[in-house]
Amino acid sequence: MHRFANPSQFMRVAEAMLPWMVALCIPLMAAGLYFGLWASPADYQQSETVRIMYIHVPSAFLAQGAYIVMALGSASFLIWKHPLGDLIARAAAPIGCIFALICLVTGSLWGKPTWGTYWVWDARLTSMLILFFLFLGYLALANAFDDPARGDKPAAILAVVGIVNIPIIKFSVYFFNTLHQKSTLFGDLFSSGEEAGASGLQQPDIAAAAAQQGSALPPSMLLPLMLMLAAFSVFFLILLVLRLRGELATVRLRALRAGLRAG
Amino acid sequence: MTEFLAGFSAVLIRDLRLALRQSADLALVLGFFTIAASLFPFGVGPAPETLARIAPGVIWVLALLSVMLSLDRLFEQDLADGSLEQMVLTPRPLVLTVLAKALAHWLTTGLPLIAITPVIGILLNFPTAGYSTLLIGLALGTPSLSLIGAVGAALTLGARRAGLLIALLVLPLYIPILIFGVTAVDSVLTGFEARAHFLYLAAILVAAIPLAPLAAAAAVRHGVEG
Repeated sequence: MHRFANPSQFMRVAEAMLPWMVALCIPLMAAGLYFGLWASPADYQQSETVRIMYIHVPSAFLAQGAYIVMALGSASFLIWKHPLGDLIARAAAPIGCIFALICLVTGSLWGKPTWGTYWVWDARLTSMLILFFLFLGYLALANAFDDPARGDKPAAILAVVGIVNIPIIKFSVYFFNTLHQKSTLFGDLFSSGEEAGASGLQQPDIAAAAAQQGSALPPSMLLPLMLMLAAFSVFFLILLVLRLRGELATVRLRALRAGLRAG
Repeated sequence: MTEFLAGFSAVLIRDLRLALRQSADLALVLGFFTIAASLFPFGVGPAPETLARIAPGVIWVLALLSVMLSLDRLFEQDLADGSLEQMVLTPRPLVLTVLAKALAHWLTTGLPLIAITPVIGILLNFPTAGYSTLLIGLALGTPSLSLIGAVGAALTLGARRAGLLIALLVLPLYIPILIFGVTAVDSVLTGFEARAHFLYLAAILVAAIPLAPLAAAAAVRHGVEG
């Protein structure tokens, strides 16, 4: 495991996997968009706006995923002093930040026709906004020092401290009585069946019946959602490798410049 | 054990003494709290019922901002005159030193803020029935503000525009305390019990006492070396 903590070793594997990931991402994304935009039914209550879900849910998932990647990278950088951990965290932060923004924007566009408002101060929305702020704080702190390498440890500590927000986002719709609907994808995981769909967006009895069988989504909607989740995840990995390449080049450039100045 | 306590109280007494000798800083924080609160009647109009409705939120937000504005006192001066480096070099655990500094910060910021809150409450026509809830909430919440703030202050040591950066780092982490503090007052005013909100505030504090100094100490050590 620690063998891959060497950045150039890691990059060799990552670069070899990159074309395969691109080859996987394009058909997944295309199929997900096809099933999401054309081949799936419109919701009987929300009509066509339900298609926002195929962007909104994957970006929310990946914003949190990127934060977890960032926090794990930072933690391994703090514990084992692996430079790779810091590089991964720095590479993941802007991607997660943009995914969080996409999630907030699509969510508010979806909220207008279904809830009648662009924004409510509901627990899930607020904690997603806090996640966005944490990404901004991390980026600001990592770049706040005259010596760029000086920001690595403070930013890593901040990333680890901020991880408390992730479970709050995850469970906010169960802890607090909110407008945001509960998870329909894994309906029976944390709540009893009748609670899962009772937030008003689906017809409660149908959703509850479906939730007892696992997922409250019909297969025609579950398929594009799953495809988009997979496509977004691979897309995230591609972006991560590309950004890692850039971060690594920056570090090497900095070392070269320092060497030139010294020599 | 006793020598740990001796180190803890030495730092505590030193910081308290420094804060009291520079009491103008303390007055500045309280002045900010009062002046900012007196802006709201101009902003939203002096109608007593409007003020009464927003008073709990205004007081809590201003308490948050006042604590945040005084965070630079925690480490900045000690880093500038070199005493922070000496504290890092002592064999005493840095975590205890940071905890003592956070406690001193709360005693010289949070406590005076709580003491002056009833006066602000009168200015904003705060409903009398909510006073005890507001004060208990502040007493449970402001120590967490100082502890979490210590992490932010330690992280930004030596950064450019540290004052603005601290706001970006610390305010998102303050939001849960704000939420529970304000909803405690609101629930009492609408006839419910505040106990659950107090328990949440206490839980945050109990988690922050061991964890925040740990993170802050790691950041201080890095800040001194860098």
